Amino acid sequence: MNQTNKPWEIEGLTEQEYNMIVDLLGREPNYTELGMFGVMWSEHCSYKNSKAVLRNFPTEGEVVLQGPGENAGIIDIGDNQALSFKIESHNHPSAIEPYQGAATGVGGIIRDIFTMGARPIALLDSLRFGFLDDEHVKYLFEEVVAGIAGYGNSIGVPTVGGETYFSNSYQGNPLVNAMCVGVMDHEDISTATASGIGNPVMVVGAATGRDGIQGASFASDELTDESEEDRPAVQVGDPFMEKLLLEASLELIKTGCLVGIQDMGAAGLISSASEMASRGETGIELDIDLVPKREEGMNSYEVLLSESQERMLVIPEAGKEDLVEQIFSKWDLNAAVIGEVTDDGMIRVLNKGKKVAEVPARILADDAPEYKRESKEPDYYNELKSFDIDSLFSIEENRLTRKDDIDYNNILESIITSENIASKSYIYEQYDHMVQINTVVLPGSDAAVLRIKGKDKGLALTTDCNSRYCYLDPERGGEIAVAEAARNITCSGGRPLAITDGLNFGNPMKPEIFWQFEKSIKGISKACQALNTPVTGGNVSFYNENPEGAVYPTPIVGMVGLLDKLEYATDQFFKNIGDLIILLGKTESELGGSQYLESIHGHVKGRIPELDLEKEKKIQETCLELIKAGFVKSAHDCSDGGLAVTLFESSIGNLKGADIKIESNLKAEELLFSETQSRIVISLAREDKEMVEELIGDSIEYQVIGEVKGERLKINNLIDIYIEELKTKWEEAIPLKLIK
Amino acid sequence: MEWLVKINIQLKESILDPQGQAVQAGLNALGYNNVSDLNVGKYMELKITDLTDKEQVKEQVDEMCRRLLANPVIEDYRFNIEEMA
Amino acid sequence: MRFGIVTFPGSNCDQDLRYVVEEVFEIKTDMIWHKEDLENNYNAILLPGGFSYGDYLRSGAIARFSPVMDSVIDFANQGGLVLGICNGFQILMEAGLLPGAMKVNNNLKFVCKHVKLQIKNNQTPFTEKLERDQILNIPVAHQEGNFYIDDRGLDKLKVNDQIVLKYLNDSENPNGSIENIAGICNKKRNVFGLMPHPERASEDILSSSDGKKIFESLISFLKEGVN
Repeated sequence: MNQTNKPWEIEGLTEQEYNMIVDLLGREPNYTELGMFGVMWSEHCSYKNSKAVLRNFPTEGEVVLQGPGENAGIIDIGDNQALSFKIESHNHPSAIEPYQGAATGVGGIIRDIFTMGARPIALLDSLRFGFLDDEHVKYLFEEVVAGIAGYGNSIGVPTVGGETYFSNSYQGNPLVNAMCVGVMDHEDISTATASGIGNPVMVVGAATGRDGIQGASFASDELTDESEEDRPAVQVGDPFMEKLLLEASLELIKTGCLVGIQDMGAAGLISSASEMASRGETGIELDIDLVPKREEGMNSYEVLLSESQERMLVIPEAGKEDLVEQIFSKWDLNAAVIGEVTDDGMIRVLNKGKKVAEVPARILADDAPEYKRESKEPDYYNELKSFDIDSLFSIEENRLTRKDDIDYNNILESIITSENIASKSYIYEQYDHMVQINTVVLPGSDAAVLRIKGKDKGLALTTDCNSRYCYLDPERGGEIAVAEAARNITCSGGRPLAITDGLNFGNPMKPEIFWQFEKSIKGISKACQALNTPVTGGNVSFYNENPEGAVYPTPIVGMVGLLDKLEYATDQFFKNIGDLIILLGKTESELGGSQYLESIHGHVKGRIPELDLEKEKKIQETCLELIKAGFVKSAHDCSDGGLAVTLFESSIGNLKGADIKIESNLKAEELLFSETQSRIVISLAREDKEMVEELIGDSIEYQVIGEVKGERLKINNLIDIYIEELKTKWEEAIPLKLIK
Repeated sequence: MEWLVKINIQLKESILDPQGQAVQAGLNALGYNNVSDLNVGKYMELKITDLTDKEQVKEQVDEMCRRLLANPVIEDYRFNIEEMA
Repeated sequence: MRFGIVTFPGSNCDQDLRYVVEEVFEIKTDMIWHKEDLENNYNAILLPGGFSYGDYLRSGAIARFSPVMDSVIDFANQGGLVLGICNGFQILMEAGLLPGAMKVNNNLKFVCKHVKLQIKNNQTPFTEKLERDQILNIPVAHQEGNFYIDDRGLDKLKVNDQIVLKYLNDSENPNGSIENIAGICNKKRNVFGLMPHPERASEDILSSSDGKKIFESLISFLKEGVN
C-alpha cells in the first residue's frame, strides 16, 4: 500500500472530513473508497460550500415539474409537453484546453437534457473573456468559440443565443457556461433513480478511458507499487458519438422499459451509480471487469473516476437487456451489463472477483458536510459605490470650456465598437443557429424565439448577467440579471416562466467572495419571487481566480419563456418609416457601473441603477399586453449602453433610422447613456397611437420620443449618424481586434 | 508478419490550401519570413497483418488511399511501409 | 408520390427535410437507414445535411461507402432524381455522381448565415419553377463548402450547363468556391447537389421562404414531366 500520513489531502479532503468518513463507515476507507469520497464530497459534486445558501432560491411554482436535484429542471408548457433546461459551466477545462474544454461543456449539458427524456432543441452560450488586446485572450476566445461550434454544429442542436462579455477580471480565467433546452411529452420524463431490486445496471455509449482523472491516479489495490503518474486531465469530446448516443437513448426511453437513466459527467461512474442508488434508496453492485474499456490495465480507481465523455448509466427492467443492446447496436454503440440494483444500500465494487470497495450510497451522495463559510463585505464595496460621477463632468467642463465641443457621435461610436457592445455576429455565424428549422427570431435580437413544431406557440430563450453590476453591488446585480432576462423574454413576445443559473465566483474560502455569492443569490431570489420565475436548477463554479484576483461575480441567469401564440414573436428592429417610437419607463441619472463609464472614462465604479421590481413587472406586463394586442412592431430592452445604444440597435436590422426628440433635465451623457432599468423602446404604427395610449393608461410612465425615419439616427441635437456606416464599424469591431 | 504503414495526404500542389496559408501567415507574423509553400496535410499510421509480401501490402495501401483515405480530385498521397519486429 | 430520405449516422438535417417535404408539400416520405437498401420505388431520393460519420476523414467520404449508397447510385444511373443538400452534396461528389470536391472554407471557419444566390440553369427538374438569374435568399451552414474542380472539369460544367446555382457575387460567397459555384447537377440533370439549405427557407415564419421553389420544381417536374 502506498503510505502517506495524510491520505485525504491528495483527494482534496480535510482531516475533519476524513474523520467524518471513518465515523460514518465505522472503519478507515481503503484507497479506492477514499478516491470515491474525494470526488463525491468535492464542491463540484456535493455543493458543500454553497448548498446552505442555494436553499434560499424559490424553486416551486405552478409550472415546475422537476426542481433542482436531477440532471436538469423540467417545467410544464401545456399540451402535455414539458421543457427541460439547465446551464452548466466548464470554466477550468476551458482555461487549460479551450477547444476541448468548451466542446465537452456543450456535450455534457446536452447529455443532461436528453437524460431527462427530452430532445435537445437549443443551446445558448454565456462567455466571458479578458479584453481582446491580449494574444492569449484572443487564442482562448477563438478556440472556445470553435469548440462550441465544433460540438454543437456536428450534433445538430442549434446554438440560438447567449452573450459574450469582456473584462480584465476574466483575463486568464475565461467563463464558459452552456445552456441546453429540450422538449418532451410528459410520459417521456425520465429520472436518474435506481429502483427494482435485481434490475440490471448497464453502461452505454463510449468505452471508458483514463480521461479526466484529476491529479495523480495514485494507489490502488492493483497498482500498489507503481509510481504516481499524471494522467491527462482534459477530456476529449466526440460529437459524432454523442449524436448516436442521443438518438439511441431517446429511442430507448420511448420504449418505456427504463427504470432510470443518468449521464456520466463529472466524477464518472461512481457519481452516477451512487446518486442513482441514493435517490432510489437502493444499492448497486458493479463489476469493474465488465466495463468496456478503451485502454488496458486500468485499475478500479481509474474506471470508477474516469470522466470519459459520451457515456450513460441506464437501468432497464430485468429481462430488457437484449432490447437495450439491440437499440444501441443499431447505432453501433456499446451496451454492457456491469452490475445490478441491490437492496442493501451499498455501492459495492468488484474487480477480478474481489471486493474492492463497499460504501453506503447515501453517505457518498448525500452526507457530505455542509459549510456556512465566513462572509464579509469587501472594502471596495463602499469605496466604489461612493464614487462621484459628477466629478468627471466638472473636469470635462473645465477642460473643454464649452460643452458644445463634446462630440457625442464619437462617444456613441466608441461605445458601440467596444467589445461588449460590438456585434457578436463573428461568434454566432460560426454556430449553426438554424438546424432543426425552429429558429423564428435569429441571434442578434433580445431573445431567441423558437417555434414548437405542430403547435401554435413558441419559446423565448435568453441568458443575462451584467457582471460589472454584480461586482459593484452583487445583490442588486443579481436582481437586475433576472429582471433583464425577463425583459428580454417579454420584448420577444414571451411570458417569463423559470430560470436556471450558472453561478461563477472566486474562492469561497475568502469571506469577501462568499459575501458576493450570498448577496447575488439573495438578489436573484428576490427578483425570481417578484417575477414568478422559479429556479429549476443550475450550477456553481467556484475558484475562478487569476493572480490578480477573482473574476467579477457572474451569476448568469438562463431564462425560458413561452409565447402563447407564435404570432407574438417580436424582434428589436424598426420596421416601417413613419412608425412612432415610444419609451416605456423613464430615464434617470444613473451612469454608475455603465458601459459609458467603462468605455469612455475607464471606470468600473459608482452606484448601479436602482431596480423597483413592482415597476419592472408593470412595464413588462404592459409591453406584453401591447404585443398581444398586435400593436408592437419592434420591442427592445433598454439596458447596456443606454438609450442611444438601444436606438442604434433597433435601427440596424432593416437600416431604418430614427428621429428622436426628448425633453429632459438630464445631462446629455445621462440622457444618452444612463442605464436606468425598467425601460423598453417599442415602435408602433402611427394610427395605433391612441389605442396604445389607452391600453397603457396610467399604469406606467412612458413618452413618445420620436419616429422611424430615414437612414440616420438623430437624437435631439446631440447625435446624428448615418446608420449603415456605424453598423459596419459595429460589425467589424471584434474581427478587427482579432487581426491586430 | 506485421507491417507499419505511414501515410501522408496533402492537397495537390496546384490547389490553394487555405489552412496552409493561415499557418504560414502565422509563422511569418512571428518573424519567420523565410517560410513559404506551407501545405497542411493529414498523417496516418496503421498496422497491416496477414500479408507476407511487401508488394502486396503496397498494393493494398495504394488501393485504400485511392478508394477512401485520399480524395484524388484534390489530394495526393504517399506512404511508407516498414516491417515490424 | 413518395420520397426517400437517407439517414446516415451523423446526419442532422434528415428530420428537417422530412418535416418540410411532408408538412409543407404534403408528400409522403420514408426515412431510409443507411444500412438498408432502397426498397420502394421512390420518385426521388434526398441526401440530407449533417456530419455523416462525424465528417472525420473528409466530409462525406465514409458515408459514400454506406450500404445504401450502392442502390442510390443504381437509382441515379437509371435516371432517378437525387437531391443532395450540404453534406448530401459532399457525399454525391465522393460517390462520383457529381464532379468536383470540397475544401475547407477559405476562412477555415464554420459559417451559418443567409446568402444571396442566383439561378444559372432553370432547365433542370430542381429549378424549373425558377427564372434564370433569379435571386434567392437561402442560408448556408458548413465548414467544408469551398467547391473545387480543375480547369478541364470546370469547362465541362460550363459546356454542359451543369452550374445550376451560384453565390450572387464574391462578397456573398461564404467559402471561396471557385467561380462562386453553390450547386451543380450531373450531365443528365437528374442529380443535383447544393451547399445552401432550401429546407431551412421553406416556410413563411422562418426568415426566408425562397427555398420552396426548389421543392416545388421537383414536385411539379414529377407530376407533369419535363416542360
